Amino acid sequence: MRVQRCKGTRDLSPEEMGRFRLIEGVFRDCCLKWGYQEVRTPTLEYLHLFTSTGTLTPSRLGRVYSFLDWDGWSGERVVLRPDGTIPIARLYIDTMEDRELAKLFYVTNVFSFEETGKESREMWQCGAELIGAGSVMADVELVILALEVVKRLGLEGVELRLSHADLIRALLSKFRLDPGEQARMFDQILDGDPSVLSRVKAEQPVLAKALTTLIDLKGRSSGFLKNVKALFDHDLPELVSPLNNFITVVELLESLDISCYIDITSVRGFEYYTGLIFQLFSGEDNIGRGGRYDALIPLMGGRDIPASGFALYLEPLMNMVKAQALGASPVPGVLIRAEGAEGIFQEALGIASRLHEAGFAAEIYLGGREPADLRWTLDIRDKAPRLEMVDRLTGEGYHLDNTDQVIMQLGPGSAP
Amino acid sequence: MDETANILEKAGWALTGYHEEMRNYNLESQRFPGLSAKVFHEKDIPIQVSVGNYDLGICGLDWVEELLVKYPSSAMVKLRNLGCGEGSLYVVASQSKGESSLEELQRGKVTIRIASEYPNLAEAYALKMRLRRFSIFPLWGAAEVYPPENAELALIPGERDEPRFNHELVVVGHVLDVNACLIANRDSWEKKDLGEILASIGDGLSAGGKSSPGVAAASAWDKLSKVQLQQKSPVTGINQSSTAAEGIVRLALPDGHQQKPTLRLLNKAGLKIDDYPSASGDRRPVLGFSGVTVKVIRPQDMPLQVANGNFDLAITGRDWLAEHRCRFLSSPVEELLNLKFGRVKLVAVVSHDLPVDDIDGLKQLYKERAVPIRIASEYFNLADRYARDNHLGMYRVIPTWGASEAFLPDDADLLIENTETGTTIARHNLKIIDTLFQSTACLIGNQESTVDSTKEEKIKSITETLRSAV
Repeated sequence: MRVQRCKGTRDLSPEEMGRFRLIEGVFRDCCLKWGYQEVRTPTLEYLHLFTSTGTLTPSRLGRVYSFLDWDGWSGERVVLRPDGTIPIARLYIDTMEDRELAKLFYVTNVFSFEETGKESREMWQCGAELIGAGSVMADVELVILALEVVKRLGLEGVELRLSHADLIRALLSKFRLDPGEQARMFDQILDGDPSVLSRVKAEQPVLAKALTTLIDLKGRSSGFLKNVKALFDHDLPELVSPLNNFITVVELLESLDISCYIDITSVRGFEYYTGLIFQLFSGEDNIGRGGRYDALIPLMGGRDIPASGFALYLEPLMNMVKAQALGASPVPGVLIRAEGAEGIFQEALGIASRLHEAGFAAEIYLGGREPADLRWTLDIRDKAPRLEMVDRLTGEGYHLDNTDQVIMQLGPGSAP
Repeated sequence: MDETANILEKAGWALTGYHEEMRNYNLESQRFPGLSAKVFHEKDIPIQVSVGNYDLGICGLDWVEELLVKYPSSAMVKLRNLGCGEGSLYVVASQSKGESSLEELQRGKVTIRIASEYPNLAEAYALKMRLRRFSIFPLWGAAEVYPPENAELALIPGERDEPRFNHELVVVGHVLDVNACLIANRDSWEKKDLGEILASIGDGLSAGGKSSPGVAAASAWDKLSKVQLQQKSPVTGINQSSTAAEGIVRLALPDGHQQKPTLRLLNKAGLKIDDYPSASGDRRPVLGFSGVTVKVIRPQDMPLQVANGNFDLAITGRDWLAEHRCRFLSSPVEELLNLKFGRVKLVAVVSHDLPVDDIDGLKQLYKERAVPIRIASEYFNLADRYARDNHLGMYRVIPTWGASEAFLPDDADLLIENTETGTTIARHNLKIIDTLFQSTACLIGNQESTVDSTKEEKIKSITETLRSAV
């Protein structure tokens, strides 16, 4: 029987890892420039972090990998991290609460069961969280940061889609449900369950009409939102406050020449959002999502502090990043070929180490196909000419006596 | 069982030996020579049908849903309601203390403990109800005796309408209506001709005088096909009270066939106990030892319940203690006293027809086989460790809930089982190829629970009293 990869998992080949690291590198660079600091949280967390209303929806909870740890006799379950944001909130409460402002970023894997096994059950994401800033400016900073990353990755035509969680909630609050039922209804809307609407239509036709109007309306400007506001101003004053917040965000984006598409229904499966929700699409592919989650940290037992964040999804991005975006030419490298008596191999290994110290890539030829991305070859022999170096770009060759001359020939190295 | 036997008799299957005192789990039908049937513990049936070992199965809908709620893509089709075995699954709480509701409990940031033989349905309930922090205690049985001291909630079966429960248990949620049902493996259902057998069951139902079971079954399925989770509020009387009674020692005594030797031991030690074993099925006998409360639970469940602090002392078997320690490596449970009764061996068992005498022989025999070695056992973790220690390579452990002998040779290759004399094993044409260890009954305690000095003294005193009787 052949060895098998676990169902729903994937390997990343050297070529894929090249693209993975490129995206990660661009993301890290952008975050650092905006003043964010990198953190890493554990793969295992307690299940109860994710179970309360306001964290994950039941449909997402139904797909978490949860189990009893080796010391789980109390029945306390642990999970393979199903979400990137909640552990960051936990980390903030745990060790950072003295900070008025925490700007954090991470590159991490999240796990969620997927039934067919055709899609990966382990997904990687690049996330940034901004804890302590509740302004519209903070919302827009995150949008710009996310867009900056995809732009630097060379992706074109990325669409920004906006929705607003408080707007949906304000409408749901009109249905006079108890908080539990309201949360369940919100879950179902976020899970994309159409039966909710039909049930609402039967029970509360007037409200249902407002809800369907809001859900069906899609537009591209703050003017559109102002029209919506005018439409509901009289009948549903609860919607005014979230609409005003939404309008301010869109106006700021417009002033920065960032176009967006407003679609209230463009949210799925995240119930911790409280304000703006944004998503990035490249064609049909959702490549990132973020938003404001002011209630999460207090809900988890932390202090009352606003927060927002986003995550970019590595799997779709890896398929989109083109080889040329890999950009920077590799450091000048040398392929070392040794031929002759035993002492020659020792010398070859010594030269490779010297070249590495000087900041050059140097590989020893061990058989198989020669790597194509190294510019130079260096042949070491036990008889003259002892060292022969060839520039594979130009075809020029040099006879040299020692490693110092090789380093001279290569020019300035890339390391200190 | 009687009702199933009745339906199959009316279906004209003419099964040989299907009754309570059956000595063989393999049945043959005189009417359908091509049909072979096997008797399993109900909980095993949906799993056996889903994995394709059987084309058809008859069991309670509770066990079908217990599998489906966790593994919705199981290859199983629910065919029809058999119109018997009616009941419901409920989530219950005790109303003996105070007033509370699920919401209030969560606001109090208390872990909600749910005891059940249906851990998957219990977890689905907890997630659906958005319980913030919960623990599920998967049990072998007696879940109804856990609230309020040892669990806030229990998910248990009850009567369909107006269920009544002992000890002030009240229904806080209706989970599922249950019937005996006929299930099929999806692949068999789609590809095999099972028409004659299915028709005979239909005949059996009609002959039983049920009113148009086909229609009734269909409409019932609409109602039952999804897990219904509802909550009635407010919930009365839930209180986190496991640690409430200071200085009180909580002792767990075994149900089942260990009751008589346990009673003998208690009597010999001069301890009086009322209503144990209980004729009425009551699980709270009174022990003549002040400051000690007693509950009767399954010995299989005891080590975990002692580890999590629900009980201070328990009389269980060394086999179940070892099983627990295999799963929870740093468990605080320890053996306080070997009680020396209930002597059994834990053995590795294969079909008598296999040409092997030991575990190495079995490994050699299956070395070239492309499918994994299947190990059936009630001792899931011990079986797993046995397979690892013996480097069985590619293997699967099939957890069973009783009647494990039925799995060999068709549905498992190896069995890890306990035996007193070996006669049951021989009767099923099986043989022992290895002995894992000897087990006896023992008194267990929690080495971390002795912070309370009164309690500690009482635990010592009980241990010494029992020691004098061993």
